[in-house]
Amino acid sequence: MTTPSPSESSEQAAFRAHCKAWLAGNLPPRPRFRLPLGPLEIATVEQLEYLCNWQRAAHAAGLVGCDYPREHGGGGLRDCQWIANHELKAAGAPFFPNIVGLGMAAPTIFHHGTEAQKRRLLPPLFSAEEIWCQGFSEPGAGSDLANVQAYAERDGERWIVNGHKVWTTLAHFATWMILLCRTDRARKYEGMTYFVAPIRDGIGRGVAIRPLVKMTGELGFNEVFFEDYSIADDLRLDEVGRGWSVAMTTLLHERGAGPLVTPSSGGGVGDDGETTLGAAGLVELARRSYRNGRPASDDPRLRDAIVQLLIRQRAFAQNERRAAVPALVDHPLRLPLQHKLTLSELLQDTARLACEIEGMAASLHQTDPNAPAGGRWPHAYMNSYGFTIAAGSNEVQRNILGERVLGLAKSK
Amino acid sequence: MTRPHDFGFDDTAQILKDTARRLLQDHCAPEALHRLAAASSEPARATECVWDEALWRKMIDLGWTAVAVPERYGGFGMGLVAIAGLAEELGRAAVPSPLVATLCATYVAAACDSEAARRLLRRIAAGLSVSLATTDRRGSWAPEDTDVAVDEAGALRGTAWFVQDARKVGALIVKAKSPRGVGLYLVEVDAAGLTIVPDAILDLTRDQAHVELRGVADVQVLAEPGDGARALVAAEPAILTIVAADMVGAAEWQLQTTAEYARTRVQFERPIGFFQAVKHPLVDMMVQIDGARSLVYDAACAFDHEPEAAEVCARMAKAAASDAASYCSGRSVQLHGGIGFTWECFIHLWFKRQKHNEVLYGDGAHQRARLADRLIGRIGETA
Repeated sequence: MTTPSPSESSEQAAFRAHCKAWLAGNLPPRPRFRLPLGPLEIATVEQLEYLCNWQRAAHAAGLVGCDYPREHGGGGLRDCQWIANHELKAAGAPFFPNIVGLGMAAPTIFHHGTEAQKRRLLPPLFSAEEIWCQGFSEPGAGSDLANVQAYAERDGERWIVNGHKVWTTLAHFATWMILLCRTDRARKYEGMTYFVAPIRDGIGRGVAIRPLVKMTGELGFNEVFFEDYSIADDLRLDEVGRGWSVAMTTLLHERGAGPLVTPSSGGGVGDDGETTLGAAGLVELARRSYRNGRPASDDPRLRDAIVQLLIRQRAFAQNERRAAVPALVDHPLRLPLQHKLTLSELLQDTARLACEIEGMAASLHQTDPNAPAGGRWPHAYMNSYGFTIAAGSNEVQRNILGERVLGLAKSK
Repeated sequence: MTRPHDFGFDDTAQILKDTARRLLQDHCAPEALHRLAAASSEPARATECVWDEALWRKMIDLGWTAVAVPERYGGFGMGLVAIAGLAEELGRAAVPSPLVATLCATYVAAACDSEAARRLLRRIAAGLSVSLATTDRRGSWAPEDTDVAVDEAGALRGTAWFVQDARKVGALIVKAKSPRGVGLYLVEVDAAGLTIVPDAILDLTRDQAHVELRGVADVQVLAEPGDGARALVAAEPAILTIVAADMVGAAEWQLQTTAEYARTRVQFERPIGFFQAVKHPLVDMMVQIDGARSLVYDAACAFDHEPEAAEVCARMAKAAASDAASYCSGRSVQLHGGIGFTWECFIHLWFKRQKHNEVLYGDGAHQRARLADRLIGRIGETA
């Protein structure tokens, strides 16, 4: 329902027109195979190639990295990425696969990298020629991320890394990893250093990747083991001992709260051509579904629950809109830091309600020919826990909001 | 029409909101409000009408009754987005005044197409306060429902219920039925045959009454019989949005006051906000407030720029604000612990105002049921 503001700059208006025109003629045909629900669920090489080709084409057309400088592979525009995202979503375009690269690595490299690092790393990141993964979490460093133990020891102009990273989405497809290591065991927060590691080159030379199977039965994320893995010092981002502060830049963007807008964050189309934020689809689902032998759309309690989600969905979108109006924002981080928390819970509750609407049919697996909506809702419900746990569990998000926005005493 | 990305919240709206914040901080700070509105905890207080009339005159002097009146009738003609900003401040301060009632009545008058309605708008702009007498005894918000009828002589007979701030206002907009349908009538509060009977209510920041009409003949017709329901339906999105904005402002006060308590109250050698059992509900209050607040400005902007979307947006805003008000009220008392349960603690003033506004013009469940009919279809007609 939202239309551009009359205050849109001429650059923005022209860019919006360009996006519309290009998208009208250049969306890729639907593939014959099933697309994953989102970039975190990419499982096969054919899925990856289809989505990488799409990102490369969109980057060539200027819809990816719009707000980054041209010499870094960007579009050299100002405040235009959100316009591209809006038009991508409106056009029902597929999502971009290089999510860790676009959402986390690119803004971190941009803020903390050297000029040479930016020129080398950013262009192939935007074009999806090089996929990125994130090496932050470890078995003993989950919610307490600053407890990372993977150790990098200085060896002249190189570093020798030993350790164990987990929940590494896309590692099996990745060329690069953003890697947080301990370099001083005596200091917790000041004892970490941030690297960009060419992990594909390291496979068999100190890097081993082992897939983890999710509760859905799918692959998608991994464990990564480092054993005397050697990386050059010119792949270090920022100073030795500044790793935690660099990681905060990454996390702020991962949670949707950073200053650089991520291309196509979360609005793209996955399997079934439905948007991943499918609350509106609940109405149609309820009209089609019978539950305990009666139309789900006639059940007063389900009707109330559906409308509650439609309201939350609209509130989420209107929060995004209000976050850009300084006069209606009390604290600069208040809305951005809620982004991940509210979106992940909205998606989870949407999927849970969809299963309730389907009634007995929600028992059917994706592979069952009778499963409604291709079995996507029970599947999406299980996958939704990835989002409420990942990127700092929602319990940690509530701590951060309470401490940084409401000024409450730190829970650690 | 296009909907501005910034909701159309402009410099004028900002100035109005800032002015309201300052005036109410100076003249209706929590301590002063408590001294005024909670001076007595006796049961007899429940029927009293307690307010600061000097402050009300200042509000009139600042033009606050004129802000929503179109310029051609002597008002400032501001958009509902600006009015929502003002209403947020009224709720934040929990100020007792007939302003919310008058703003709601203004949108009803503006939706009537008559010379009497235009005269009424000019009087409101000049400082007349007005309330709606449009609800029946069963608490129906349906535009056709009323317990007041027009008799053969053209006089009003019956009772209007749940009239807000009835003893603060100068005139009432009465909904009455006749064989030709529902009409709207302006009645002065001192008209012959009219009696305002105070209700005993919980909220200390307003008064409420039922209004008995025993052949009130001195009336002006704002909307002819058959046209009253249309005017009420047209004004309803604005009314819902204004009440929702009041609740969002009050909920923000509840959040900030409770967070301040959690930062300073020490138990187990720590400020209680350290404990996640306290911290996380405070964050959930914030999350609910922010969603409701964004929906309030969305609804106001829709009313100003995209009338066909106004009803859905306004019902969403009222539902979200009612639920946020309910949650924030409950948590504000609970997280204050024992002191929060006392009359001397200020928070019960906001708690009671919120509980009143939650049900006024329909609570969250009511709004969602109406939205379900609209967005899913009526029960039995959906599949």
